[in-house]
Amino acid sequence: MRELVIISGKGGTGKTSLTAAFASLAENMLLCDADVDAADLHLLMNPTIQERYDFQAGNQAIIDPSLCCECGICHDLCHFDAISTDYQVDRLSCEGCGVCVDFCPVKAIDFPIKTCGEWFVSDTRFGPMVHARLGIAEENSGRLVSLIREESKKRAQDSKSSMIITDGPPGIGCPVISSITGATAVVIVAEPSVSGVHDMERVVELATNFRIPVMICVNKYDLNLKQTLAIENFARDKEIRFLGKISYNPVFTKAMIQGETIFEYKPDADVCQVVSEIWDSIITGPEVNNVSHLEFSFT
Amino acid sequence: MIISVASGKGGTGKTTVATNLACSLDTEVQILDCDVEEPNAHLFLDPEINSISTVNTAIPLIDETKCTYCRKCVEICRFNALTIVGETILTFSAMCHSCGGCMLVCPENAITESKREIGIIEHGQRGPLDFVHGRLRIGEAMSPPLIKQVRSFSNPAMTSIIDAPPGTSCPVIAAMKGVDFVLMVTEPTPFGLHDLRLAVEAVRTLGIPHGLVINRSDVGDDCVREYAAQQNLPILMEIPFKRSIAEAYSNGKLLVEVMPEWRDKFKMLFHKIENSLERGDDLS
Repeated sequence: MRELVIISGKGGTGKTSLTAAFASLAENMLLCDADVDAADLHLLMNPTIQERYDFQAGNQAIIDPSLCCECGICHDLCHFDAISTDYQVDRLSCEGCGVCVDFCPVKAIDFPIKTCGEWFVSDTRFGPMVHARLGIAEENSGRLVSLIREESKKRAQDSKSSMIITDGPPGIGCPVISSITGATAVVIVAEPSVSGVHDMERVVELATNFRIPVMICVNKYDLNLKQTLAIENFARDKEIRFLGKISYNPVFTKAMIQGETIFEYKPDADVCQVVSEIWDSIITGPEVNNVSHLEFSFT
Repeated sequence: MIISVASGKGGTGKTTVATNLACSLDTEVQILDCDVEEPNAHLFLDPEINSISTVNTAIPLIDETKCTYCRKCVEICRFNALTIVGETILTFSAMCHSCGGCMLVCPENAITESKREIGIIEHGQRGPLDFVHGRLRIGEAMSPPLIKQVRSFSNPAMTSIIDAPPGTSCPVIAAMKGVDFVLMVTEPTPFGLHDLRLAVEAVRTLGIPHGLVINRSDVGDDCVREYAAQQNLPILMEIPFKRSIAEAYSNGKLLVEVMPEWRDKFKMLFHKIENSLERGDDLS
């Protein structure tokens, strides 16, 4: 199963709009929204939810005041400052390590499993979609990303899809690592600004460390030709295939307001031509067609 | 006073607001860039760095000559960071949350503390402005411990402005918890609104007073303004989309340097925050 993940390092470069545009061009694909923290792809895909599941991960310490002997052991042992001097557990600080639970001399601490969010399998006008919503202020985003990627693979096999297109999260931390580990290739959507270049370089290094083939395209390239050139030069130096550059065009925002892809909103816009060429270049290129590189899988 | 500049969605202009606000005030100011995965404030401020420190997190180091493979450490670890295969104990340090459970539970005292580098903190100055940022080591998954370390540089004698990471999960909470005010930056589009709603929920969970800056305020639609009105969310500032602003940003230039008239607008923004906190407006 080929899996292409769209990432950017910096937020707001156009990952989701491009993922949706690619989905409308791809044949026989399954969509996965791995930006579980602030998922937006559903706003363009208008999915019909077919299946809905709770996402349960980790545990939460709860002190029963009727049993608590106020010995202070839990407060002293907690490395996360999650237990106050009056023996209340701060839900947002508790990481679910269970040290307080195991060391409480009177077994006053309950440790129920947490429901941290939910995930969905849906139908869209372009094919099936697996997506999720992490609860507000929750942890375990990496585990939720791993889970929906695993489910995406299963569903893609069941529906005999030939490719998974995954909308990734911004940054380089836990959810990004979970989004790209074991993927066939990543496409980085870079923005021609000093921030965009800085962030792209860090996420390229991350993907390279994980031995995942990388491709780069530039969005809003005409906002800064000098920075666009810097991105092209960077790609050449690192022997990363440069897919093309998309001009700044309000059609992306207008399509978003309509809940459509750019191809539905204005098929004759010049950006549509460029995005189609980029997509053709992705699916015919060596990164997604070279099966010789190893596929790792771990969660 | 500590102000955290946050947004659910990435790329809405957090760094623009944080850096320009920091450079517009007459009081003593420090900027704490807590977007440690992708810190950007330094690109606009070009600070002179005076000190660099490495931030580590504790991981277990197991003395196999003492280990009896009793599995107690494996059992207490909720993060699957320890496993025993035959007569070998393996540590997956990337999974370790540094809870200390394994060291406490080991009956042979075979476990001591080692460390894993999670990133660095750079501390410096740009003129009178105090500058601190964290840079997460590439490949490191856990940013909250580094964010907490950046925040430990907070100086109560100064106005601290935190540039927070995007999203609504643990790194954002680490960058917002316990601050006096959260300034949320959004753009008036369906994605901007959707992620703003999540960010507002997160800030309300923490019970922190908050207000809104609308960036690229003339693109998109009215959805964000309608939501703000309905939720009694004060709109404290609007920044229009101008090619000149976008170009200055893309070249790493501060708005208040390229267009000095913005300095007064950022001062005004700060006064609005101060006033609402003084009045004790119920914005939380």
